[in-house]
Amino acid sequence: MSVTEASAGAPPQLRFPLLLGVAVALLAGAAIAGLAIGAVPLSPREVLAALFGQAIESRHETILFHLRLPRVLLAGLVGAALGISGAVMQGLFRNPLADPSLIGVSAGATVAAASVIVLTGGILPASWQPVLLPLGAFGGGLLVIALIYRVALVNGTTVVPMLLLAGIAFNAIAMSITGFLVFIANDAQLRDISFWTFGSVGGARWQTVLMLAPCALAPFLALPWLARALDALNLGEREAGHLGFRVEWVKRLACLCTALAVGGAVAVSGTVGFVGLLVPHVVRLIAGPLHGRLLPLSALLGAALLIGADLVARTVVAPAELPLGLLTCLIGAPVFLSLLWRARGEFAA
Amino acid sequence: MSLQIDTLGIQRRGRRLLDGVSLELQPGELLAIVGPNGAGKTTLLSAMAGDLTPDCGAVRLDGRPLAHWTPLALARRRAVMPQASRLGFSLAVRAVAALGRAPYRDRADAAADTEAVHAALLAADILHLAERAYGTLSGGEQQRVQLARVIAQLDLDAAAAAPVLLLDEPTASLDLAHAYGVLQLARRLAARGVAVAAVLHDLSLAYRYSDRVLVLKDCRAEALGDPRHVLDAALVRRVFNIETQVVDDCLLIRGPALPAVA
Repeated sequence: MSVTEASAGAPPQLRFPLLLGVAVALLAGAAIAGLAIGAVPLSPREVLAALFGQAIESRHETILFHLRLPRVLLAGLVGAALGISGAVMQGLFRNPLADPSLIGVSAGATVAAASVIVLTGGILPASWQPVLLPLGAFGGGLLVIALIYRVALVNGTTVVPMLLLAGIAFNAIAMSITGFLVFIANDAQLRDISFWTFGSVGGARWQTVLMLAPCALAPFLALPWLARALDALNLGEREAGHLGFRVEWVKRLACLCTALAVGGAVAVSGTVGFVGLLVPHVVRLIAGPLHGRLLPLSALLGAALLIGADLVARTVVAPAELPLGLLTCLIGAPVFLSLLWRARGEFAA
Repeated sequence: MSLQIDTLGIQRRGRRLLDGVSLELQPGELLAIVGPNGAGKTTLLSAMAGDLTPDCGAVRLDGRPLAHWTPLALARRRAVMPQASRLGFSLAVRAVAALGRAPYRDRADAAADTEAVHAALLAADILHLAERAYGTLSGGEQQRVQLARVIAQLDLDAAAAAPVLLLDEPTASLDLAHAYGVLQLARRLAARGVAVAAVLHDLSLAYRYSDRVLVLKDCRAEALGDPRHVLDAALVRRVFNIETQVVDDCLLIRGPALPAVA
């Protein structure tokens, strides 16, 4: 069986519990590696012992619980949020190219976050920043999704060139506004903004983890209902309606979940590109496009991927750090290109 | 009970799409909707499905206007086969047909679902394609998959109220044998109590298989009744501008009508 045929939805050969088990194992492996490896190496045994409540050397305990655990959790949550929101958006637009970073949703959230950073220095009190930042990112993301939806859908069908061209437009608008904000920002704000545009989970604190967790996990609450509805939407909006789904509600819920997850991820980590495009695409090749499998597997693999990528980002040029967003684009874009290449017959149709 | 259409009128963007069409679709009957392009066939079927809100008149199922039904309750009573359907993400044929079971999602009766899907695949003559990817099939095969999906959606339980099946040009891209097969299948479903309405372009098929035929012309109902009476040579010439002849109870198309000599 060729790859294109598998991606075209030939029945997955592997059973879902097995795939789920593999994904969980990958995630656990990445998390333990992320906790163990660093400037001060810990053994996996030590990590597991500490996680299960046994006492370890106090210096190691500090490193583990105050530095690495929040960072690994944050990377995992960002990855899960981006993986699942990519899968939901692609289901909504019925197209594998609908990625939050590619079509400008992340950019919208980033601009809103950068605006909040600049505004809270001058016009608004600085103490408002922790509240306004995630709210702004959520609002910016939601606005772009709503606009893209208006532009790219004609009679219930996604017009792919419109989707991508609108994405270019939104990314350009976002870039120019960010450029303007950079122009008027002071030095401290400039550092914050550049951190946001490159993407990093280096700012992980327990506080940021707790802030992201509800946003990233929101799609999971809607998942059982959303999965079936997105499967039906695969047939077309009208057909999904004939199958008894309230299509308008489904669309709103999908947009809201995506905006929450992407906005939350951007608020804590900036723009981490291509995760939402790469992960669901790979999962579809392995497990098929049914959303009951796609959404949880995308979340798990997204989390594992980002924990792994962050591990590379902070160790490969230690003691310096690569920006995580640059790294995911560097890994994601070529792999995605090769996937596109193999599946190009589908797009030609 | 039945699907009642009462002096239905539909306008969109100032254009009249349907005007004063009345009809009652009975359980156990196969109704063919015919007419030239732009006569309002698909509009009528969309209104019968509940996609279009009437500007005047009403469409009622069991005496209740369609707008008063919840989408789920309606999905358990009527299935709609679209003209053509492309999937966003290609699925295996069996998985596409299984989407037809979505209205019964809260029953969570996997055995009944599997059985209904199997029966539907068999009925649409695509059981041999069940594991193929939808995207790799020909247009006609895809149409039979969509047919299987809507059959799987019908609740053929004898205790339940008779379901309604709406087919929008079900034979459009089928080869002749399968076109006849689809109409025979529609007849069998009607025999089990389903109320079937099908938009058809082929008058011979309408003549041969339908219990009643509705002829639409310029957004109005031109004629309604037994195809043997309705589809006479004079009406067909007037509405479709073609010459027909009935031989051995088959409607033959002879060719385009000659322009009237002044």
